[in-house]
Amino acid sequence: MLRAYRADLHIHSILSPCTEVVEMSPRAIVRRSVEAGLNLIAVCDHNSCENVPALQKAAAAAGLAVLAGMEIATREEIHILGLFGSASRAFEVQTVVYEHLPGENDEKAFGCQVVVNEQEEVVSFNKKLLIGATTLSLEAVVDLIHSRGGIAVASHIDREAYSIMSQLGFVPPGLALDALEVSPATGVDEARQRFPGLDHLPFIGSSDAHSLDGIGSSSTEFLMEDAGIDEVKLALAGREGRKVLGVRG
Amino acid sequence: MKLRDIVERLELQVVAAGENLDREVAGGYASDLLSDVMANSREGDIWVTLQAHPNIIAVASLKGMAGIVIVQGRSPEAQTVEKALQEGIPLMVTGLQTFEFVGRLHGLGVSGMR
Repeated sequence: MLRAYRADLHIHSILSPCTEVVEMSPRAIVRRSVEAGLNLIAVCDHNSCENVPALQKAAAAAGLAVLAGMEIATREEIHILGLFGSASRAFEVQTVVYEHLPGENDEKAFGCQVVVNEQEEVVSFNKKLLIGATTLSLEAVVDLIHSRGGIAVASHIDREAYSIMSQLGFVPPGLALDALEVSPATGVDEARQRFPGLDHLPFIGSSDAHSLDGIGSSSTEFLMEDAGIDEVKLALAGREGRKVLGVRG
Repeated sequence: MKLRDIVERLELQVVAAGENLDREVAGGYASDLLSDVMANSREGDIWVTLQAHPNIIAVASLKGMAGIVIVQGRSPEAQTVEKALQEGIPLMVTGLQTFEFVGRLHGLGVSGMR
Protein backbone atom coordinates (compact mmCIF):
# COMPACT_ATOMS: atom_id res chain seq x y z
CA MET A 1 0.00 0.00 0.00
CA LEU A 2 1.23 3.45 -0.82
CA ARG A 3 2.02 5.77 2.07
CA ALA A 4 4.02 8.91 2.67
CA TYR A 5 7.68 8.66 3.69
CA ARG A 6 9.58 11.66 4.95
CA ALA A 7 13.17 11.46 3.79
CA ASP A 8 16.41 13.34 4.37
CA LEU A 9 18.70 11.80 1.78
CA HIS A 10 21.88 13.76 2.50
CA ILE A 11 23.38 13.42 5.98
CA HIS A 12 27.10 13.30 6.81
CA SER A 13 28.60 11.17 9.59
CA ILE A 14 31.85 11.47 11.55
CA LEU A 15 33.61 9.94 8.56
CA SER A 16 33.34 13.28 6.79
CA PRO A 17 36.29 15.39 7.93
CA CYS A 18 34.16 18.50 8.17
CA THR A 19 31.65 17.15 10.72
CA GLU A 20 31.82 17.85 14.42
CA VAL A 21 34.00 15.26 16.10
CA VAL A 22 31.92 12.68 17.96
CA GLU A 23 28.61 14.44 17.37
CA MET A 24 27.55 12.70 14.14
CA SER A 25 27.82 9.15 15.45
CA PRO A 26 25.45 6.46 14.18
CA ARG A 27 23.23 6.28 17.25
CA ALA A 28 22.99 10.05 17.55
CA ILE A 29 22.07 10.39 13.87
CA VAL A 30 19.39 7.72 14.22
CA ARG A 31 17.97 9.26 17.39
CA ARG A 32 17.84 12.76 15.93
CA SER A 33 16.35 11.50 12.64
CA VAL A 34 13.52 9.75 14.47
CA GLU A 35 12.91 12.88 16.59
CA ALA A 36 12.75 14.93 13.40
CA GLY A 37 9.97 12.69 12.09
CA LEU A 38 12.01 11.09 9.33
CA ASN A 39 11.22 7.59 8.04
CA LEU A 40 14.11 7.37 5.59
CA ILE A 41 17.63 8.81 5.53
CA ALA A 42 20.74 8.34 3.46
CA VAL A 43 24.19 8.72 4.94
CA CYS A 44 26.36 10.36 2.30
CA ASP A 45 29.93 10.99 3.39
CA HIS A 46 32.47 12.60 1.08
CA ASN A 47 33.81 10.03 -1.40
CA SER A 48 33.27 7.17 1.05
CA CYS A 49 30.55 4.86 2.41
CA GLU A 50 32.47 3.17 5.21
CA ASN A 51 30.04 4.19 7.95
CA VAL A 52 26.97 2.95 6.09
CA PRO A 53 26.95 -0.52 7.70
CA ALA A 54 27.14 0.96 11.21
CA LEU A 55 24.30 3.37 10.43
CA GLN A 56 22.13 0.64 8.96
CA LYS A 57 22.64 -1.60 12.00
CA ALA A 58 22.06 1.25 14.44
CA ALA A 59 18.82 2.15 12.64
CA ALA A 60 17.41 -1.37 12.33
CA ALA A 61 15.67 -1.36 15.72
CA ALA A 62 14.42 2.20 15.38
CA GLY A 63 12.17 1.67 12.38
CA LEU A 64 14.27 4.05 10.35
CA ALA A 65 15.35 3.05 6.84
CA VAL A 66 18.89 3.97 5.81
CA LEU A 67 19.96 4.01 2.18
CA ALA A 68 23.63 3.46 1.44
CA GLY A 69 25.02 6.66 -0.01
CA MET A 70 28.10 8.62 -0.91
CA GLU A 71 28.74 12.21 -1.98
CA ILE A 72 31.22 11.92 -4.81
CA ALA A 73 33.29 14.91 -5.98
CA THR A 74 33.84 14.92 -9.75
CA ARG A 75 36.96 16.34 -11.34
CA GLU A 76 35.01 19.52 -12.04
CA GLU A 77 34.50 19.71 -8.24
CA ILE A 78 30.78 19.05 -8.54
CA HIS A 79 29.24 17.07 -5.70
CA ILE A 80 27.00 14.20 -6.81
CA LEU A 81 25.06 11.98 -4.41
CA GLY A 82 25.00 8.29 -5.20
CA LEU A 83 22.21 6.36 -3.41
CA PHE A 84 22.31 2.58 -3.50
CA GLY A 85 20.10 -0.40 -2.69
CA SER A 86 22.70 -2.10 -0.51
CA ALA A 87 25.96 -1.34 1.22
CA SER A 88 27.73 -3.87 -1.01
CA ARG A 89 26.77 -1.94 -4.16
CA ALA A 90 27.99 1.26 -2.55
CA PHE A 91 31.28 -0.39 -1.61
CA GLU A 92 31.76 -1.47 -5.24
CA VAL A 93 31.44 2.16 -6.26
CA GLN A 94 33.73 3.24 -3.43
CA THR A 95 36.46 0.96 -4.80
CA VAL A 96 36.39 2.83 -8.11
CA VAL A 97 36.20 6.20 -6.34
CA TYR A 98 39.24 5.38 -4.18
CA GLU A 99 41.22 4.37 -7.28
CA HIS A 100 40.57 7.86 -8.66
CA LEU A 101 41.00 9.86 -5.46
CA PRO A 102 44.52 11.24 -4.99
CA GLY A 103 46.03 12.52 -1.75
CA GLU A 104 46.18 11.75 1.93
CA ASN A 105 44.15 13.43 4.69
CA ASP A 106 45.82 15.94 6.98
CA GLU A 107 43.83 15.66 10.21
CA LYS A 108 45.08 18.99 11.54
CA ALA A 109 43.95 20.82 8.43
CA PHE A 110 40.72 19.01 7.58
CA GLY A 111 39.70 16.99 10.64
CA CYS A 112 39.43 13.32 11.56
CA GLN A 113 37.76 10.74 9.35
CA VAL A 114 36.40 8.21 11.79
CA VAL A 115 35.11 4.78 10.78
CA VAL A 116 32.94 3.24 13.52
CA ASN A 117 30.85 0.15 14.14
CA GLU A 118 27.26 0.10 15.41
CA GLN A 119 28.55 -0.01 19.02
CA GLU A 120 30.21 3.34 18.24
CA GLU A 121 33.65 1.86 18.70
CA VAL A 122 36.31 3.39 16.49
CA VAL A 123 37.29 0.85 13.86
CA SER A 124 39.85 2.96 12.03
CA PHE A 125 40.78 6.42 10.82
CA ASN A 126 40.39 6.73 7.07
CA LYS A 127 43.61 8.09 5.53
CA LYS A 128 42.29 9.06 2.09
CA LEU A 129 41.88 12.73 1.24
CA LEU A 130 38.09 12.43 1.34
CA ILE A 131 37.61 16.21 1.16
CA GLY A 132 39.35 16.18 -2.24
CA ALA A 133 37.98 15.58 -5.71
CA THR A 134 38.22 12.46 -7.82
CA THR A 135 39.73 12.52 -11.30
CA LEU A 136 36.43 11.20 -12.71
CA SER A 137 34.36 13.46 -14.96
CA LEU A 138 30.77 14.34 -14.10
CA GLU A 139 29.48 12.00 -16.78
CA ALA A 140 31.75 9.18 -15.56
CA VAL A 141 30.48 9.54 -11.99
CA VAL A 142 26.83 9.48 -13.05
CA ASP A 143 27.53 6.39 -15.18
CA LEU A 144 29.40 4.73 -12.32
CA ILE A 145 26.45 5.26 -9.94
CA HIS A 146 23.99 3.89 -12.50
CA SER A 147 26.22 0.88 -13.25
CA ARG A 148 25.53 -0.32 -9.69
CA GLY A 149 21.79 0.36 -9.86
CA GLY A 150 22.10 3.62 -7.96
CA ILE A 151 20.35 6.98 -8.05
CA ALA A 152 22.42 10.03 -9.06
CA VAL A 153 21.44 13.38 -7.54
CA ALA A 154 23.23 16.69 -8.11
CA SER A 155 23.93 18.07 -4.61
CA HIS A 156 22.82 21.53 -3.41
CA ILE A 157 22.49 23.05 -6.90
CA ASP A 158 21.80 26.45 -5.36
CA ARG A 159 25.16 26.68 -3.60
CA GLU A 160 27.97 28.83 -4.91
CA ALA A 161 30.59 26.14 -4.40
CA TYR A 162 30.83 22.49 -5.41
CA SER A 163 27.51 22.53 -7.26
CA ILE A 164 26.71 21.70 -10.87
CA MET A 165 25.50 25.28 -11.35
CA SER A 166 28.57 26.98 -9.86
CA GLN A 167 31.07 24.75 -11.64
CA LEU A 168 29.36 24.22 -15.01
CA GLY A 169 26.85 27.05 -15.26
CA PHE A 170 23.99 24.79 -16.33
CA VAL A 171 22.98 21.14 -16.38
CA PRO A 172 24.54 19.60 -19.50
CA PRO A 173 21.79 18.45 -21.88
CA GLY A 174 21.49 14.67 -21.92
CA LEU A 175 23.13 14.14 -18.53
CA ALA A 176 21.26 11.22 -16.93
CA LEU A 177 20.67 12.71 -13.47
CA ASP A 178 17.75 11.33 -11.48
CA ALA A 179 17.12 14.43 -9.36
CA LEU A 180 18.44 17.83 -8.30
CA GLU A 181 18.90 18.66 -4.63
CA VAL A 182 18.15 22.08 -3.19
CA SER A 183 19.63 23.15 0.13
CA PRO A 184 17.50 24.37 3.04
CA ALA A 185 18.66 27.97 2.51
CA THR A 186 16.90 28.29 -0.84
CA GLY A 187 13.92 25.98 -1.05
CA VAL A 188 12.41 24.35 -4.11
CA ASP A 189 10.09 27.14 -5.25
CA GLU A 190 12.87 29.70 -5.33
CA ALA A 191 15.25 27.19 -6.97
CA ARG A 192 12.76 26.48 -9.77
CA GLN A 193 12.53 30.20 -10.44
CA ARG A 194 16.27 30.73 -10.31
CA PHE A 195 17.05 27.74 -12.54
CA PRO A 196 14.42 27.61 -15.28
CA GLY A 197 14.40 24.93 -17.95
CA LEU A 198 14.84 22.03 -15.54
CA ASP A 199 11.23 20.94 -15.32
CA HIS A 200 12.13 17.51 -16.69
CA LEU A 201 13.99 16.72 -13.45
CA PRO A 202 12.52 16.28 -9.96
CA PHE A 203 13.76 18.64 -7.25
CA ILE A 204 14.29 17.25 -3.76
CA GLY A 205 15.20 18.93 -0.50
CA SER A 206 17.65 17.52 1.99
CA SER A 207 19.66 18.91 4.85
CA ASP A 208 23.29 18.16 3.95
CA ALA A 209 23.58 18.01 7.74
CA HIS A 210 27.07 18.13 9.23
CA SER A 211 25.72 18.54 12.76
CA LEU A 212 22.82 16.96 14.66
CA ASP A 213 20.61 20.03 14.67
CA GLY A 214 20.81 20.17 10.87
CA ILE A 215 19.17 16.78 10.39
CA GLY A 216 15.74 17.13 8.79
CA SER A 217 16.11 20.91 8.34
CA SER A 218 14.96 20.14 4.82
CA SER A 219 13.28 16.91 3.78
CA THR A 220 11.34 15.40 0.92
CA GLU A 221 8.07 13.53 1.23
CA PHE A 222 7.68 10.56 -1.09
CA LEU A 223 4.56 8.48 -1.80
CA MET A 224 5.85 4.89 -1.98
CA GLU A 225 5.14 1.28 -0.97
CA ASP A 226 8.33 0.90 1.03
CA ALA A 227 11.57 2.77 1.66
CA GLY A 228 13.72 0.73 -0.73
CA ILE A 229 15.82 2.09 -3.55
CA ASP A 230 13.44 0.82 -6.28
CA GLU A 231 10.53 2.68 -4.74
CA VAL A 232 12.57 5.89 -4.49
CA LYS A 233 13.47 5.51 -8.17
CA LEU A 234 9.80 5.13 -9.11
CA ALA A 235 8.84 8.12 -6.99
CA LEU A 236 11.51 10.34 -8.57
CA ALA A 237 10.35 9.23 -12.01
CA GLY A 238 6.70 9.73 -11.01
CA ARG A 239 5.75 6.25 -12.15
CA GLU A 240 3.25 3.59 -10.99
CA GLY A 241 1.51 5.94 -8.59
CA ARG A 242 4.70 6.77 -6.71
CA LYS A 243 5.71 10.41 -6.58
CA VAL A 244 7.38 13.26 -4.79
CA LEU A 245 4.69 14.82 -2.62
CA GLY A 246 6.64 17.86 -1.62
CA VAL A 247 9.60 19.38 0.14
CA ARG A 248 9.53 20.83 3.64
CA GLY A 249 12.03 23.25 5.10
CA MET B 1 46.12 41.05 -31.32
CA LYS B 2 45.00 38.08 -33.38
CA LEU B 3 44.51 34.66 -31.80
CA ARG B 4 47.00 33.25 -34.30
CA ASP B 5 49.78 35.46 -32.89
CA ILE B 6 49.07 34.24 -29.34
CA VAL B 7 49.08 30.62 -30.50
CA GLU B 8 52.47 31.09 -32.14
CA ARG B 9 54.17 33.17 -29.47
CA LEU B 10 52.99 31.09 -26.50
CA GLU B 11 53.33 27.79 -28.36
CA LEU B 12 49.78 26.63 -27.83
CA GLN B 13 48.58 23.28 -29.01
CA VAL B 14 45.50 23.88 -31.16
CA VAL B 15 42.88 21.21 -30.53
CA ALA B 16 40.06 22.71 -32.61
CA ALA B 17 40.07 25.94 -34.56
CA GLY B 18 39.09 25.81 -38.22
CA GLU B 19 39.28 29.26 -39.79
CA ASN B 20 38.82 31.05 -36.49
CA LEU B 21 42.44 31.71 -35.55
CA ASP B 22 42.19 35.07 -37.29
CA ARG B 23 39.83 36.35 -34.61
CA GLU B 24 40.81 39.50 -32.79
CA VAL B 25 41.42 39.02 -29.04
CA ALA B 26 39.98 42.00 -27.15
CA GLY B 27 40.97 40.96 -23.62
CA GLY B 28 41.30 38.03 -21.27
CA TYR B 29 39.48 36.27 -18.48
CA ALA B 30 40.69 33.48 -16.18
CA SER B 31 38.27 31.44 -14.07
CA ASP B 32 37.20 27.86 -13.49
CA LEU B 33 33.69 28.58 -12.30
CA LEU B 34 31.43 28.63 -15.32
CA SER B 35 28.76 30.58 -13.48
CA ASP B 36 31.37 33.29 -12.88
CA VAL B 37 32.51 33.25 -16.51
CA MET B 38 28.93 33.58 -17.67
CA ALA B 39 28.45 36.57 -15.39
CA ASN B 40 31.73 38.43 -15.84
CA SER B 41 33.56 37.60 -19.06
CA ARG B 42 33.17 39.78 -22.13
CA GLU B 43 32.85 39.38 -25.86
CA GLY B 44 36.20 38.88 -27.55
CA ASP B 45 37.94 37.59 -24.39
CA ILE B 46 40.41 34.74 -24.51
CA TRP B 47 39.39 32.46 -21.62
CA VAL B 48 41.95 30.62 -19.54
CA THR B 49 40.65 27.66 -17.51
CA LEU B 50 41.42 24.15 -16.32
CA GLN B 51 37.87 23.01 -16.95
CA ALA B 52 37.70 20.60 -19.89
CA HIS B 53 34.01 19.74 -19.69
CA PRO B 54 31.84 20.20 -22.84
CA ASN B 55 29.89 22.99 -21.11
CA ILE B 56 32.85 25.37 -21.59
CA ILE B 57 32.07 25.51 -25.31
CA ALA B 58 28.47 26.53 -24.74
CA VAL B 59 29.57 29.26 -22.33
CA ALA B 60 32.22 30.61 -24.73
CA SER B 61 29.73 30.58 -27.58
CA LEU B 62 27.05 32.31 -25.51
CA LYS B 63 29.49 35.05 -24.50
CA GLY B 64 31.05 35.46 -27.95
CA MET B 65 34.54 34.75 -26.64
CA ALA B 66 37.55 34.64 -28.95
CA GLY B 67 38.73 31.24 -27.76
CA ILE B 68 39.51 28.95 -24.83
CA VAL B 69 42.90 27.90 -23.47
CA ILE B 70 42.93 24.83 -21.22
CA VAL B 71 45.91 24.87 -18.84
CA GLN B 72 48.22 22.27 -17.33
CA GLY B 73 48.13 20.12 -20.45
CA ARG B 74 44.71 18.73 -19.58
CA SER B 75 43.13 16.92 -22.49
CA PRO B 76 39.63 18.08 -23.28
CA GLU B 77 36.99 15.37 -23.38
CA ALA B 78 36.13 14.09 -26.88
CA GLN B 79 32.72 15.70 -26.71
CA THR B 80 34.30 19.04 -25.83
CA VAL B 81 36.40 18.96 -29.01
CA GLU B 82 33.41 17.91 -31.07
CA LYS B 83 31.32 20.80 -29.73
CA ALA B 84 34.15 23.27 -30.27
CA LEU B 85 34.27 22.32 -33.94
CA GLN B 86 30.49 22.51 -34.24
CA GLU B 87 30.30 25.93 -32.61
CA GLY B 88 33.45 27.29 -34.22
CA ILE B 89 35.11 28.03 -30.87
CA PRO B 90 38.91 27.84 -31.03
CA LEU B 91 40.14 25.42 -28.36
CA MET B 92 43.80 25.33 -27.33
CA VAL B 93 45.93 23.65 -24.68
CA THR B 94 49.04 24.88 -22.85
CA GLY B 95 51.26 22.85 -20.57
CA LEU B 96 51.65 25.88 -18.29
CA GLN B 97 49.55 26.47 -15.19
CA THR B 98 47.12 29.38 -15.04
CA PHE B 99 49.28 31.94 -13.20
CA GLU B 100 52.24 31.52 -15.52
CA PHE B 101 50.16 31.42 -18.68
CA VAL B 102 48.14 34.50 -17.78
CA GLY B 103 51.38 36.33 -16.91
CA ARG B 104 52.83 35.61 -20.32
CA LEU B 105 49.56 36.54 -22.02
CA HIS B 106 49.56 39.86 -20.19
CA GLY B 107 53.15 40.35 -21.29
CA LEU B 108 51.90 40.23 -24.89
CA GLY B 109 49.51 43.07 -24.12
CA VAL B 110 46.31 41.14 -23.46
CA SER B 111 44.55 42.77 -20.52
CA GLY B 112 41.69 41.97 -18.20
CA MET B 113 40.80 45.67 -18.11
CA ARG B 114 38.96 47.50 -20.85
